Amino acid sequence: MLLVPCPWCGPRDEIEFRYGGQAHVAYPTDPDALSDAQWADFLFMRDNPRGAWSERWVHTAGCRRWFNLVRDTSTYEIRGSYRIGEEPPA
Amino acid sequence: MIRLHEGGIWIDRSRPVAFRFDGVEYEGFEGDTLASALLANGVRGGFLSPILGRPRGVMTAGPEEPNAYVEVSEPWFDPIVAATMVELADGLVAESRTGTGRLRPAGTAVNRRVEHRRTHVELLVIGSGHDGLSPAEEAASRGDRVLLVERERDLAGSGTTWRPDGVTYRTRATALGLYDDGYAVVLERAGAVDRIWHVRARDVVLATGGIERTIVFADNDRPGTMLANAADEYLGRFGVLVGPHVVIFTARSPAHTVASTLREAGTDVTVVDVRSDVTGIDTDGVEPLLGWTIAGTEGNGGTDGNGALTAVHLEGPSGERRTIECDALLVSGGWNPDLALWRSIGGGTRFDAGGACFVPTDGPPWLRVVGSAAGEVSAGTPYWFVPAEDYSRHFVDLQRDQTVADVAAALDAGLTSVEHVKRATHIGTAVDQGRTSGVITAEIVNQLLETGPGAQGPSNARPPSLPVSYAALAGPYRGDLLDPVRTTPMHQRHVEAGAVFENVGQWKRPWYLPRAGESMDDAVARECLAVRNGVGVLDATTLGKIEVVGADASVFLDRMYTNRMSNLGVGSIRYGLMLGLDGMVLDDGVAMRVAEDGFFVTTTTTGAAMVLDRFEEWLQTEWSDLRVSCTGVTEQWADVAIAGPRARDVLSAVGTDVDLSNDAFPFMTFRDGTVAGASARIARVSFTGELSYEVMVPGWYGLHVWDAVIAAGEPFGITPYGTETMHVLRAEKGFVIVGQDTDGTVTPFDLGMDRIVNMSKGDFVGRRSLSRSDTSRPGRKQLVGLLPEDRSALLPEGAQLVLEDTGAIPMPMAGHVTSSYRSAALGRPFALAMLENGHALYERTVFVPLLDRTIAATVAEPLFYDREGRRRDG
Repeated sequence: MLLVPCPWCGPRDEIEFRYGGQAHVAYPTDPDALSDAQWADFLFMRDNPRGAWSERWVHTAGCRRWFNLVRDTSTYEIRGSYRIGEEPPA
Repeated sequence: MIRLHEGGIWIDRSRPVAFRFDGVEYEGFEGDTLASALLANGVRGGFLSPILGRPRGVMTAGPEEPNAYVEVSEPWFDPIVAATMVELADGLVAESRTGTGRLRPAGTAVNRRVEHRRTHVELLVIGSGHDGLSPAEEAASRGDRVLLVERERDLAGSGTTWRPDGVTYRTRATALGLYDDGYAVVLERAGAVDRIWHVRARDVVLATGGIERTIVFADNDRPGTMLANAADEYLGRFGVLVGPHVVIFTARSPAHTVASTLREAGTDVTVVDVRSDVTGIDTDGVEPLLGWTIAGTEGNGGTDGNGALTAVHLEGPSGERRTIECDALLVSGGWNPDLALWRSIGGGTRFDAGGACFVPTDGPPWLRVVGSAAGEVSAGTPYWFVPAEDYSRHFVDLQRDQTVADVAAALDAGLTSVEHVKRATHIGTAVDQGRTSGVITAEIVNQLLETGPGAQGPSNARPPSLPVSYAALAGPYRGDLLDPVRTTPMHQRHVEAGAVFENVGQWKRPWYLPRAGESMDDAVARECLAVRNGVGVLDATTLGKIEVVGADASVFLDRMYTNRMSNLGVGSIRYGLMLGLDGMVLDDGVAMRVAEDGFFVTTTTTGAAMVLDRFEEWLQTEWSDLRVSCTGVTEQWADVAIAGPRARDVLSAVGTDVDLSNDAFPFMTFRDGTVAGASARIARVSFTGELSYEVMVPGWYGLHVWDAVIAAGEPFGITPYGTETMHVLRAEKGFVIVGQDTDGTVTPFDLGMDRIVNMSKGDFVGRRSLSRSDTSRPGRKQLVGLLPEDRSALLPEGAQLVLEDTGAIPMPMAGHVTSSYRSAALGRPFALAMLENGHALYERTVFVPLLDRTIAATVAEPLFYDREGRRRDG
């Protein structure tokens, strides 16, 4: 069970959280301007890298806030978490 | 096999203990394991192999035991456990088990308590010994919280009496699994208590030691065949001596020390060492047979039928043969670091040629392996099995009855990965988790493939490391504690009224309220007619409720719902649909505008948490510029829905300061006031099609207002109704239930709710998806009504629809029934369904093929009652 560092509450057990998929997938500013293929790309397609990646979590059984964290997908090591609007840790 | 007159650090000879095994009474001592007590009583066999039915006996002294499994029925119940792990208790009753356990027979008492505990430490040490105690002491001296878990009953096996201060020791405690970031699940078996520890540790040290490895040869499974180290432990811990005539078969020097110990205790020992060149061993003046191997064994198939070992056949370096009569054969092929936990969490291993074993390499940063588990072992010889012509009785995994021949067959079939061999043979998948067979199997594969020792390691290890009962894992979280049970403030009244409840999410809702002698159909028909012809009352408290407040609340709701909420007047109500980004219907409810900057939003009962989560997700992650805050208030409000032509009369009789006339208080508006003296918000919405008032009051007035409504309604024959009646009445009006009539693949257009979707108001969640090629294509399944042509036939929900009743199987399926009821108002059954291109098929006949018959039904617009909507104003 991961120890997830909530940027508001500190480290907590994974079961207090819900996973939210890839971070920094912004909602398109003008969805009507997108082709069906471009919209489908936004809607369904996500990266699947080996190594560091940014993902969203929400502290559902705690402060109920969304945040991002950088995790290594091959070792599950969490490199750090950051609040919405902040830059990922180096 | 005898009990010596002295010795045995774990037994108390002043306390004899009576027990029963397979119906026979025996006696042991307090401190014995079932296995040691059986051996002390001269029981060498007693067990059968699961597939071939071969006689087997105790082979080990620990959790790696492959043969000796029992069901314990007294003084507590344990479905399957190794006899080596059962501590003797007075009156213990056990039966041998072959391969599989069974569920507790009816009438058997468990007599075991389960507990779950949580703890947080800086350091968790798994295993003891000097290697585990050193890091424990170091951390404790720094002031760290340190927990040491040891699977044995004390730390005596450590070979040291040193007990550093400041360390919490838990014995009889086995780490079942090790998980990310220093999380461990530990099973502590303390007497009749199974205690599961959830441990979060900053660092974890594995001092799990090692497991002796066997050598595979012909007929290597006869009772009396044991690991050499086990014989040593039975002597030291329990004063039980194997023999009197013992052969030790080995490929490593420490086995010669075991030979000395056994000779000292009075046995006659012959050591057979596969190595021809051995130095530095103490032979007690008895020449070992160097360079010899075991070609086979003889068993006692005679009168007692226990199949126990009687002799071993030896083969010398030049092919010479000898037979030695013996009653115990001790095998010591090597020493494997116990890396099951290490490998289960992703730790790497490599083959160490010097020790002829797998040792740890890289692992998670919080995890460290020490001592013999880390590969600090004496020199080993890569010797795995004795070559032979016939490998069909060279047993590799005794609990799966799999041999070298079975491994070879898997390889011949092209399964050259150890993981594939495991799956073809089932080696390593039994209760013992392949502790004695894992490394051997890998090395047999390496040798048969001629890839060299260590080319492939053993198959992956997974938790739990020891058999554990579901009851222990479930702990107290069963029955009423499995999941929260939510009840409304009026729940007790429903119980008193004889309601049958249904679970809606975690809520208990009255399903129907039968009177004496009524069937469910009778009760529902009576409740439906009461609402249609008089007045009924429903506890609608479970409806999800969210306050959406802030300067941008209307902008926000315009983006979350398909229709416009921003032009809703204060005091008015609008129905809203919520979509996923994929354009599919997610939830529905109504929004009430309580102020310019405030809305009161309702959701479905089961969607309440999801909708609030979704609001928060969008507000926090995409639209953090919007000044909106959301609060879930489901439990804060009790909701009493009064529905039917006499609803206005009832509410007047209850007493309210709100003008209930239709002009002053029209449909789809709400008013704040008092009802029965309680401050209330009354909403004129209708899920039944009838005149309806939803009276919402603070939760703690719910019971009071319910009682007042029941009392005031009595002269009008007010009838409490349940969710089934609610479902029938809404279906008669064609109102969908999200999650019943929809399934995550349904757009608002599929439901015929085009008028609820405002494509011109600007963007909203899901809007763009509604014009995707698949979402907007013709021929999608659409919501329709169905009227069975046999006016008594009730269509089963979930039944498939076909357009032609050809009788040929398979038939092209055109849709399915989503809701189906008997309607008292219509005097016939009816249904809602999703049907391909259904909106164009009204009045056409479709067919519902069932197992025993096919029902024809006419497609209709999904609106069966009061098509003009005249009844909603009373």
